[in-house]
Amino acid sequence: MKTNKGVRILKKGLFIAGLLVFLAFILFPIYWCLATSFKPSAEITSKEVTYWPAAFTFQNYVEAWMRSGFKIYFKNSLFISVFGVVFIVLLSVLTGYALDRFKFKGKNVFMLVLLCTQFIPGAMLITPIFIIFKNLGMLNSLFALVLVNTTFHFPFNSILMKGFVSGIDYTIEEAAQIDGCSRLGAIWHVLLPVLKPGIVTIAAYGFISCWNEFLFSFMFISKQNKLTLPVGLKNLVGEFSINYGQLAAGAIIAVVPTLILFSYVQKNLVGGLSSGAVKG
Amino acid sequence: MKTKTGVSRKDLMPYLFLLPAALFILAFLAYPLMTVFFYSVQSYDVTKLADKGFVGLENFKKLFADKIFYRSLSVSVKWVLTEVCSQLVLGMVLALLLDEKFKGRGIYRCVVFFPWAVSGVLTSMLWSLIYNENIGLLNSICKDLGLISKNMAWLGNMKTVFKATAVAEIWRGIPFFAITILAALQNIPSDLHEACVVDGATTMQEIFLVKIPMLKDTIILTTLLRAVWEFNNVDLIFTLTGGGPSYRTTTLTMYMTNMSVKNGNYGYGSTLAVMAFFILLIFAGVYLKLSGYGKGEA
Repeated sequence: MKTNKGVRILKKGLFIAGLLVFLAFILFPIYWCLATSFKPSAEITSKEVTYWPAAFTFQNYVEAWMRSGFKIYFKNSLFISVFGVVFIVLLSVLTGYALDRFKFKGKNVFMLVLLCTQFIPGAMLITPIFIIFKNLGMLNSLFALVLVNTTFHFPFNSILMKGFVSGIDYTIEEAAQIDGCSRLGAIWHVLLPVLKPGIVTIAAYGFISCWNEFLFSFMFISKQNKLTLPVGLKNLVGEFSINYGQLAAGAIIAVVPTLILFSYVQKNLVGGLSSGAVKG
Repeated sequence: MKTKTGVSRKDLMPYLFLLPAALFILAFLAYPLMTVFFYSVQSYDVTKLADKGFVGLENFKKLFADKIFYRSLSVSVKWVLTEVCSQLVLGMVLALLLDEKFKGRGIYRCVVFFPWAVSGVLTSMLWSLIYNENIGLLNSICKDLGLISKNMAWLGNMKTVFKATAVAEIWRGIPFFAITILAALQNIPSDLHEACVVDGATTMQEIFLVKIPMLKDTIILTTLLRAVWEFNNVDLIFTLTGGGPSYRTTTLTMYMTNMSVKNGNYGYGSTLAVMAFFILLIFAGVYLKLSGYGKGEA
């Protein structure tokens, strides 16, 4: 019995150690960025590294927000993300619904096409898409970014949405149709309210993807007042002397909305992925 | 509701639902993809516009003689293997830990999954603050531990740059595997665990002989998806190292991006893209075939 108890304590110890190692590794970069963002620049560049700001200041945030243009970048990122979410949700509900509820010719082919889009590197299509928007006179247009983001992110979300739709019994739509609803009416009045958790999850995924998009924004937007947050951050590094305090503050500003959204949806994350994507 | 043509409105409905999706795919994926194939056999270099035009397989000949192509391909292989293997192993360990019940599991899960929502650019900003030669935390810690005596430029040094970049991407990639594997673990019926306890199986036996075989299909699919994503990864490498120093972190996708975007040689860039596309396609086919996806007890 004695060894058994010893084994159990050892196991518990290993378990807790494992948890702590992961926690430390994940939190480490975020903590360092947060600490840096509150330090005055003299303290950041001084030879003595301080693990927590000795002279606490909000100056970096004020300067990043007011002077370095993060206020504008934030607004632009919000714009493309909100409109991106609207498009992504609309397309994935339509596509996911059709793929789950209808039987029709070409269904499997369409499904395969959606899956194959996951294999296309965005970087490969930068130049041709650039040329399309140049011909349309849409360079430096935030709406062009909305279209591109929608294209790259709706296929995966449609497959997820198909999973959410199939989790809902068709009989409730049927019942509504027997009661005199049209098919579209049944979808609108009966299905969508039940589908809400799925829609919220996909909206959150979509928002995070649009918010984080870098490459296309970097290529298509050259006007300072149209830049998005990831490009704004990258540009801070490009200058001759990097202002680390502002960089850290800007990174924290960019991460806060995703943090809020993420903590809101992360409970559905495990369930959503198991019902939708992985099991197909 | 038959119309004159004999096609009922009901038959058309699914196609109407898919129409917007099809339009987006055609306009911004299929058409651009076709142009990439078209330009892969053209000379199209913004610095040599006079030579613009059809060159046949000239670009492909150039590619097969291009040392940097082979070098970047080997960096890609190394990158994908490093990333997928480390993320899978660490993600699986994390998922197994999270499958147990403990106090504060909800908030712990929320914290450790968070990097999933962080962009490549942001990840590279966070880690560049750590790796920085003058203000970085890593130098300070290593000096305190007596591992180094002089500050290192982790991202400027040929010996450390690949590892440093890889760690940053691993940080961002662990949650993806942890989330998907945890989801699959929670689908395993609990009576299997009870059966293991009754039969006196150790925890390790339960993990390796019962749980992992049941995760087979999940693991095959997630590793394939992740391999493709890591192969195509540009954001993080582009912002952290730009592919340097001296091509140490130039993956095939980075090489292609730099060729089209930085050098303006769009023709040859397209050739590289076409090559990358076929490499991925063949890889995916072979991988699914060899791994026996969809077969077996799971």
